[in-house]
Amino acid sequence: MRKFRGAAALILVAGLLAGAAPAPAASLASAAADQKAFQDNFRSRFPAVPFADFANGPYSVNAPMRKQWEEIMQFPPYDFALDEGKTEFAKPFANGKTYADCFPNGGIGIRQDFPYFDGKTGEVVTLDLAINRCRQANGEKPLKYQTGMMASLTAYMAETSRGKPFDIKIPDDPRALAAYEAGKKYFYTRRGQLNFACASCHVGAAGQRMRGDILAPALGILAAFPIYRSDWGSMGTIDRRFTSCSAQMRSTPLPPQDPAYRNLEYFLSYMSNGVPISGPGTRP
Amino acid sequence: MASSIRVRAQANGKTTEVQALIQHPMDSGFVKDSSGKLIPPHHIETVRFEHAGKLVLMANWGPAVSKDPYIKFAFEGGAKGDPLVVTWVDNLGKTDTLTAKIG
Amino acid sequence: MHPRADHHPPAIHTRRAATRLLALLGVAGFVGTARAAAPGWPEEAFKQTSEADAIKALYGKSAATSDKITLEVPEIAENGAVVPVSVSSSLADVTAISILVPGNPLTLAASYTLPAGTLPSIGCRLKMAKTSNVIALVEAGGKLYSTSKEVKVTLGGCGG
Repeated sequence: MRKFRGAAALILVAGLLAGAAPAPAASLASAAADQKAFQDNFRSRFPAVPFADFANGPYSVNAPMRKQWEEIMQFPPYDFALDEGKTEFAKPFANGKTYADCFPNGGIGIRQDFPYFDGKTGEVVTLDLAINRCRQANGEKPLKYQTGMMASLTAYMAETSRGKPFDIKIPDDPRALAAYEAGKKYFYTRRGQLNFACASCHVGAAGQRMRGDILAPALGILAAFPIYRSDWGSMGTIDRRFTSCSAQMRSTPLPPQDPAYRNLEYFLSYMSNGVPISGPGTRP
Repeated sequence: MASSIRVRAQANGKTTEVQALIQHPMDSGFVKDSSGKLIPPHHIETVRFEHAGKLVLMANWGPAVSKDPYIKFAFEGGAKGDPLVVTWVDNLGKTDTLTAKIG
Repeated sequence: MHPRADHHPPAIHTRRAATRLLALLGVAGFVGTARAAAPGWPEEAFKQTSEADAIKALYGKSAATSDKITLEVPEIAENGAVVPVSVSSSLADVTAISILVPGNPLTLAASYTLPAGTLPSIGCRLKMAKTSNVIALVEAGGKLYSTSKEVKVTLGGCGG
């Protein structure tokens, strides 16, 4: 990262020297500079919040809510899903292979590396997508996204990765950079009848109240997934949160794992590099 | 099938602290499903905790207890390895029981 | 996961969720109670819609305010569907702890019987339909004591 920051500074200096107005074209260096600016913004707005604590969403920035969360975490309601996911993960497919055969390190402690850019297929691959591709490669039907067993499996895989910081890489491939830029654009674009961008709430108004809820900072916002939400009364994956968020802005949600959502997850996770995985989590 | 009951019971000298989580919808009977039909009431009414054949807590619950209910309490006595029997009964007559070991 | 989860569309609109929470505790009266209640379950007390009637049905006596009861509740609930509540007491010979939520149409939320040797301290999670007092009732030495605190319940916007 440091190397990228240096490069970004160089570009900035070069731009100033030349007195040139045009913004530098998207590059690995500009992505790294985006990340630094993104993280610095949250650090300076919430100076009392330790960086790793951004893994805890709204609880990082609101003490009374944090107290309720701590009480719920004494015996979190995702425990049943966690057990279910652990059992399912170990269960062999009909062909005798297991999920562990599909992933580096047998699928243990790898959540922080997702999503990644796949140079072969030229697309962003999330953990959820990788799980279903693993199933299909082994002759099994894909799981339904958003809730149920997909949430249980990702809960278990996240739990084995707790404390490991997000480590998302943008390879030196114009398609990877394009995916990152598409995710960034999605994040900052206003949509829906309410005309809100993701950033309107989760950057501009992070920590403030939206009716009864405290808005989570975008930094580290995906670290706790999948989550048990009191509002749902059940588990939900990142897809469930993206689609429900889209609907709340009164825009038409995209299908789960739509490339636009995957690119968004890529952008958000890359912005959160360094924030530790805390999932599975609980949220209001 | 996995048990609907999870228990953490910890003996710390004179007392044993118990926490339990039960997987149950706790439907109040006033909630409609996505097709507009009322989901019939379905909630736990009683939970019994027994240590060494003796009742240590009787919980009586109405529909205002949250989904996937949680309970925390403590009693005098109890030693590591002792069985703690947890039994719930709901308004439909369904029941589940688990014998947990005090840790 | 519980199979019922499949009946709910994953994208939950705020308004629907809010309506559901209100509906959750919105009207008194069960749809049908063909079978007998679980043994020992105080059915009459759980039917009551006022604080006084619920206390009367449970204990047949009235409660005196006591500062020897500690009731811990959030000032603002993060979600009315899951409100952490804990009650403890320094009174001697506590035999029962009950929790009432007068803002819910059915007032009595939970009632615990504590045999001798069980410590006078209970933690649980309750649903609250709206902003309301939460009342902790403690039966000790054959007498009834109470304390109460208000919990604000607001409708969610997004869930953070």
